[in-house]
Amino acid sequence: MKMEYSIEGGDFTKAGLASSAVKKVLKQLNIDPAQIKRIAVAMYEAEVNIVAHAYSGIMKVEIDAKKVYMRFVDKGPGIENIDKAMEEGYSTASEAVRQMGFGAGMGLPNIKKNVDEMKISSEINKGTTLELTTFLN
Amino acid sequence: MNEPTFHHALKILEEVCTGCVHCTVVCPTEALRVRNGKAILNENRCIDCGECMNVCPVNAIIVEQNDIAEIFPYKARVALVSSIFIGQFPRHYQTRKIYSGMLEQGFTHVHESEHGAGILIEQINQYIAQNSQNKPIISSFCPAIVRLIQVRFPSLVENIMLLKAPLDLAALAFKKELIEKGYKEEEIGIFYVTPCAAKIAAIKSPVGEEKSVINGVVNMNELYNKVYSTLKKEQYSSCIIPEKEQLKSEEMGWSLTGGEAAYIQGRCLSIDGLNNVIEFLEGIENGKITNFDFIEVRACDQSCAGGILTVANRFLTRERLDERIAKYHHDKSEGKIFDNKTIENHGRYIRDHISINSIEPRSMLKLDDNMEAALKKMSRIKKILSYLPGIDCAACGSPTCRTLAEDVVQGTAHTSDCIFIQTSLNVPPNEEIRAETIWGKDRFRKLL
Ligand code: SF4
Ligand code: SF4
Repeated sequence: MKMEYSIEGGDFTKAGLASSAVKKVLKQLNIDPAQIKRIAVAMYEAEVNIVAHAYSGIMKVEIDAKKVYMRFVDKGPGIENIDKAMEEGYSTASEAVRQMGFGAGMGLPNIKKNVDEMKISSEINKGTTLELTTFLN
Repeated sequence: MNEPTFHHALKILEEVCTGCVHCTVVCPTEALRVRNGKAILNENRCIDCGECMNVCPVNAIIVEQNDIAEIFPYKARVALVSSIFIGQFPRHYQTRKIYSGMLEQGFTHVHESEHGAGILIEQINQYIAQNSQNKPIISSFCPAIVRLIQVRFPSLVENIMLLKAPLDLAALAFKKELIEKGYKEEEIGIFYVTPCAAKIAAIKSPVGEEKSVINGVVNMNELYNKVYSTLKKEQYSSCIIPEKEQLKSEEMGWSLTGGEAAYIQGRCLSIDGLNNVIEFLEGIENGKITNFDFIEVRACDQSCAGGILTVANRFLTRERLDERIAKYHHDKSEGKIFDNKTIENHGRYIRDHISINSIEPRSMLKLDDNMEAALKKMSRIKKILSYLPGIDCAACGSPTCRTLAEDVVQGTAHTSDCIFIQTSLNVPPNEEIRAETIWGKDRFRKLL
């Protein structure tokens, strides 16, 4: 089962549509509710990251009986320091920024917390690829 | 497919239904289909919200009715009635006259169902403090919402507050009081005057409880008619007019939008109307909406003032209750308040019985219990969808193109039920038979 959605950078009004569509599919596949919730949070966060930071992106989702695999590929500025973006503290700071209504923080630690595997690669001025996997049961 | 596992109170009158599909389109859990010219309800998906009943142009959807005569086998016949009921009547009818009108119907006791909210407030605040890992705590007040979450948002089931609604607390306290006064338990009948179908379903097959303490229900619109004609004819002189109003001000508004959230500490929000609630719950499920401590969610616009069994305009009901609350504050300053002590007297007992058991998700949207099979079905759905026009006209009897595709893989419909597929296939004349299986033979006769 494969799905693909394009995500537009800068359009916050549409952010979350792709995640909601996938979430509905997960529910129809009878995946454990607690797992759906974690996947949904990770997926939404990743989708919003593209909207907030990139020019455009694609979200691909592959589901089989063992796992849910999500791949987010964006065209954008890329991440300069991935290690720093992965720090918990970094996320807390960006939370405060978000509360003030500025661009969303990367939320990467939060994504990582909600999936089993996370791979990230980024090239400055080209874009970022984020791969997430959740194993079922 | 599945055995119905819970009671639901909405019924479709097959003789009246014209198969117009209005109801299928508005159902928030996609529980309705039109087959053979009649609406069919998937009982396991139905959450008794009443959206279908609101849109049916021919009133083919009704709420099951209990005969009011069912109260008479009991010696103590207690009416538990939402304060919303008082708001159904024109403003010049005093609450105590309305109470008297109710006694005239055969009840021996009349109490408002919001009693107990006072104790609940303190308990909800404690509950939120103790369950911070499940924030936001979602109110369990509206049974249609509890069921919506079970069916459509199973991952939020653990956020539902596991405390009873005031109605159940009031029922416990008044029953206990009657037992202390010497009634045997089987002599006491507690009847809830309900503004909606969801409460009926919740009483007949409670979620998170074995059995309800409430013995039966009376539909609010039915009782309204009876009481109103009694009031009109001034036939209540023989009864003992009950004492003054007994609810506290925080209890009077409990069934209105904002009634709960106003008394809960922390960051709270009240949301009413099913579509608003669905949008909000989506946001919570995505992690898009965060940092709330408590959300009050009600299926009806203006909460229970907008229940499907109410009679009065919901805004006028709200106005009347707001007025009642203001008057309470005035009376209080003049020292004229009569408080009902039953709840306080049984406070300990209520607190001991305030919890409900855990609530289970009921993922009714699943295509199959087996995930491999579900995946196969999902792939077929995708394929079928690519042939369908995607305009969701519902002429096939399923609410959307997607649900038609789902029904096809579940074996309950055919791709050629889609009228666009029929035209593009240039379906030969004998295929009219297929149209008949959706619209029924009679429909075409009627139209000619
Ligand atoms: S809305 Fe139409 S299809 Fe639904 S019950 Fe009423 S008449 Fe039947
Ligand atoms: S808001 Fe009140 S009347 Fe409406 S469904 Fe919920 S409990 Fe019933």
